[in-house]
Amino acid sequence: MHGKMKQLSTTDHIKSLRGRGSAVLKGFFMAVSQLTDFVLRFFKELFKPPYEFSEFAKQSYLIGNKSFLLVAITAFIMGLVLTIQSRPVLVEFGAESWLPSMVAVSIVREIGPVITALIFAGKVGSGIGAELASMRVTEQIDAMEVSGINPFKYIVVTRILSTTLMLPLLVIFADAIAIYGSYFGVNLKESVSFHLFFLQVFQKLDFTDVFPAFIKTFFFGFSIGLIGCYIGYNANTGTEGVGKAANSAVVFGSLMVFLVDMIAVQITSLFT
Amino acid sequence: MESIIIEIEHLKKSFGSNKVLTDINLQVKKGESVAILGKSGTGKSVLIKCLVGLLEADKGSIGILGKNISDLDENGLNEIRKKIGFLFQSAALYDSLTVRENLEFPLRNFPPKSEDELNAIVLEALQNVNLKEAIDKMPSELSGGMRKRVGLARSLILKPEIMFYDEPTTGLDPITSKEISRLILEMQRKYNTTSIIITHDVECARIASNRMVVIDDGVCIAEGTFKELSKSENKNVKAFFE
Repeated sequence: MHGKMKQLSTTDHIKSLRGRGSAVLKGFFMAVSQLTDFVLRFFKELFKPPYEFSEFAKQSYLIGNKSFLLVAITAFIMGLVLTIQSRPVLVEFGAESWLPSMVAVSIVREIGPVITALIFAGKVGSGIGAELASMRVTEQIDAMEVSGINPFKYIVVTRILSTTLMLPLLVIFADAIAIYGSYFGVNLKESVSFHLFFLQVFQKLDFTDVFPAFIKTFFFGFSIGLIGCYIGYNANTGTEGVGKAANSAVVFGSLMVFLVDMIAVQITSLFT
Repeated sequence: MESIIIEIEHLKKSFGSNKVLTDINLQVKKGESVAILGKSGTGKSVLIKCLVGLLEADKGSIGILGKNISDLDENGLNEIRKKIGFLFQSAALYDSLTVRENLEFPLRNFPPKSEDELNAIVLEALQNVNLKEAIDKMPSELSGGMRKRVGLARSLILKPEIMFYDEPTTGLDPITSKEISRLILEMQRKYNTTSIIITHDVECARIASNRMVVIDDGVCIAEGTFKELSKSENKNVKAFFE
């Protein structure tokens, strides 16, 4: 009797796990379908007049300008630390002179875009998620709709477009500052002229390093803006929804950066 | 005979298994001011959101200015919305914009001919609610009553034919509630708007409306003037007037 009861409870447990599993799977596919609709709506609204130029300019200024200092400080430290950490290994192999080239290639190809995108997801993505969720909770999005103004176009399209275009610019700045940080790092142990350092940097950097890395930053920016807007725009009502939206925007935005990076690296490797 | 400009027939709305509106029928004539009274959670806000197309009704029809809301596409809805003003429960002022910019926002689709004209429209709207001095303030610098007044000024800036008020006095002290209710009445008279006021504040309904409808469990259970309803024997209606 006891054994049978135990068996029944195990079966029930398996059934409940199956039920939960199918609910999670269903939720995942629903989210993917809604996100796809959101992306399609973005492209539909993007090319449909009227165009919200002033809001786009305002958002680009806010997103780009307000992230610049944080990105600049992080990039400088990133270049400096990478140089200091790599130096002993290269010295061991007698390849010390390769330090500027190696650091530059690492920064331009991978570390610069990815680290900047992660900082961007943390600062801008969460900000967009929280802002839109708060607008949803306080009925500001409804108020726009009732005024006959398309909130999707005014809020979502402008922000996604701004993140898509601002992140590549920030990455260019970040790469330059990180390489300068590396120059500073090299000069902590030895004296290398500015001219010689940058001669070595550009000797090894070519089109295949710069171009694919630059192109992927547009996709990083698009993903971060998209995730922030999607989560914020569809937030649950209540203050809890605002916190959840900010948190989810960072988590899923960062995850998307790694996913896009993985795909970009695979595509790039086909051509190099 | 005065024309009917809002007509709701057998309106139903559910969220999953939760039936919010089960059978709402209502007609509002031009120039009338109707207060819809009901306890919290009886579907008053859902009803008003269905009226402006923010929520889609499951069944039934909503006719506004002779057009069935559920038959309209986005452009059609926007055409109707140009003639409608909506004061949200939280006032719904745009946090990132100043009071002036909040008031200018609905005018984006109808830009005035000059900067001077735009300025005059904004100042008139603020004068109506006695808040001229708040023109350059941010919403975060305003009190609850001031936010409601700015919200009212914004919703009236296009001089709409129909005004919807969603709980206009919620969260306000009794004195400010009365001020807002009187302001609503004043604006109705000034612009000759037809109004639907969603509220559970009987005093607000008494001041600002000339007809009241009580809803409970998703249906209209009583209708009449303040005097008529205050004599009602229905316990759910009586509860409001005690």
